[in-house]
Amino acid sequence: MEGAALFQFLLRMGDNTLILGHRVSEWCGHAPVLEEDIALANTALDLIGQTQMWLGLAAEVEGQGRSADDLAFLRDVWDFRNLLLVEQPNGDFGQTILRQFLFDAWHVEMLRRLTDSSDARIAAIAAKALKEARYHVERSGDTVIGLGDGTDESHARMQAALDRLWPYLGEMFHGDGVDEAMEKAAIAPAAEALRAPVSERIEAVLDKATLSIPETRHARSGGKSGVRHSEHLGHLLTQMQWLQRAYPGATW
Amino acid sequence: MVALRPAPDDVWGWLDLVPDPEIPVISVVDLGIVRDVGWDGDTLVVALTPTYSGCPATAIISLEIEAALRARGVEDIRLETRIAPPWTTDWLSEKGRARLEEFGIAPPETAGGPKRCPRCGGADLERISQFGSTPCKAQWRCRDCLEPFDYFKCI
Ligand SMILES: [Zn+2]
Repeated sequence: MEGAALFQFLLRMGDNTLILGHRVSEWCGHAPVLEEDIALANTALDLIGQTQMWLGLAAEVEGQGRSADDLAFLRDVWDFRNLLLVEQPNGDFGQTILRQFLFDAWHVEMLRRLTDSSDARIAAIAAKALKEARYHVERSGDTVIGLGDGTDESHARMQAALDRLWPYLGEMFHGDGVDEAMEKAAIAPAAEALRAPVSERIEAVLDKATLSIPETRHARSGGKSGVRHSEHLGHLLTQMQWLQRAYPGATW
Repeated sequence: MVALRPAPDDVWGWLDLVPDPEIPVISVVDLGIVRDVGWDGDTLVVALTPTYSGCPATAIISLEIEAALRARGVEDIRLETRIAPPWTTDWLSEKGRARLEEFGIAPPETAGGPKRCPRCGGADLERISQFGSTPCKAQWRCRDCLEPFDYFKCI
C-alpha cells in the first residue's frame, strides 16, 4: 500500500467533514427557528468530531510530525481535498439542507463500505461516524421532502437549490489514481461503485419532495484532487484559519 | 493509607462517583464510556470511548476522571481513547436509565422514541426536533401534560 495515496484518501475524508462542518457552523445563531439552529450546530459538531479522527489518522500516516490541527489550520486552498459541493456557500436554508442531504446520501454509503476496510483504523472511524451520518441523512432527507413538497415558495427555493447544486454531485463518483489505489488495497470502495446506491437514495427523496432532476450534463470537479477549488474555499479559510494566521502557534 | 495498586473493582467504584459534566445525575460509568480499567506495570490504564465524536464534554470527562483518581492517591495514570466498538446507548446502566428518567430525560428506546413522558408518564408524545441541547439528546413533547422534555437518543 502506497502511503502517499492513503494520506490523500484520508485528507479527502477529513476535509469533506471539516469544510462542511465549518459551513454548517456558520448558521449558528442565524437559523430560521431555534430547533433548526440546534440541529445545525449539532450536525456541525459531529462533522468536526469526525474530522479530528480522519485528519488525526492522516497526520499519523504522513509521519511528518504534523497534527490534525496543523492540517486543518495551516494548509492553503490548493492542499485541501474536499468535494466542491461542501465548500459551496450556505445560500438560503433550503440550499444548506439540500447540500447536506446530497452529501449525507454519499457519506452514509461511503462509511458503510469503509466499515469493511482492510485498514482496521479506517474501519473503526467509519463505524463511529456511520452512526452519526445515518442520523444526519434521516433529518436532511425528511427536511428536503418537507420543504420540496411544501408551499409554492419553499418548493421553488428547493428546486432552485437543486438546479444550482446538481452539477457538483458527479465529482463524488469520478475515480482517480488515489481511488484506484484504495480499491486495490481493499481499503475503500471504487468511487464509481457508490453511484448506483447513492443515486437511488437521492432520487427516492427528490421524488417524494416533488423536485425535478435538472437536465444538465454539466459537471464540476477539481475539489477532491485539489487542482481547481471554487473561489468560495479561500474565503471560508480566511474565517476558519484566521486565528492561527494572525497569532501563529496560539493555543488554548 | 491508599494501597499502591488499588484493585480495578475499587477503581470502577470510584469512577462511578464521577458525574457526567452535562447530565450530572448519571456517572461516567452509567454512561458506558469507561470501557476498561487495568494496570500496565505501575500505570493505571483507563480506556474511554467518546459518545458522539464531536461531543465537547469528552475533554472535560478525561480531566475529571484524572482528578478523581489523583484524589484517591493514584499518580501514574494513562487515559486511552478507544473508538471500536463504537459507543452505543445499550451500554447505559439500568441505574443510569432510571436516574435519567427521574431527572426528566426519557431514556433511549430501541423503537427510536421515548416510551413515556418522564414528567407525567403519558404516552401521547410527539417529536419536536431530532436534536437537543447536547449531542446525545432530542426534543420531544407530551400531549397529555403539554410539557416539552429531552429524550436520550438511541444509537
Ligand atoms: Zn407528560
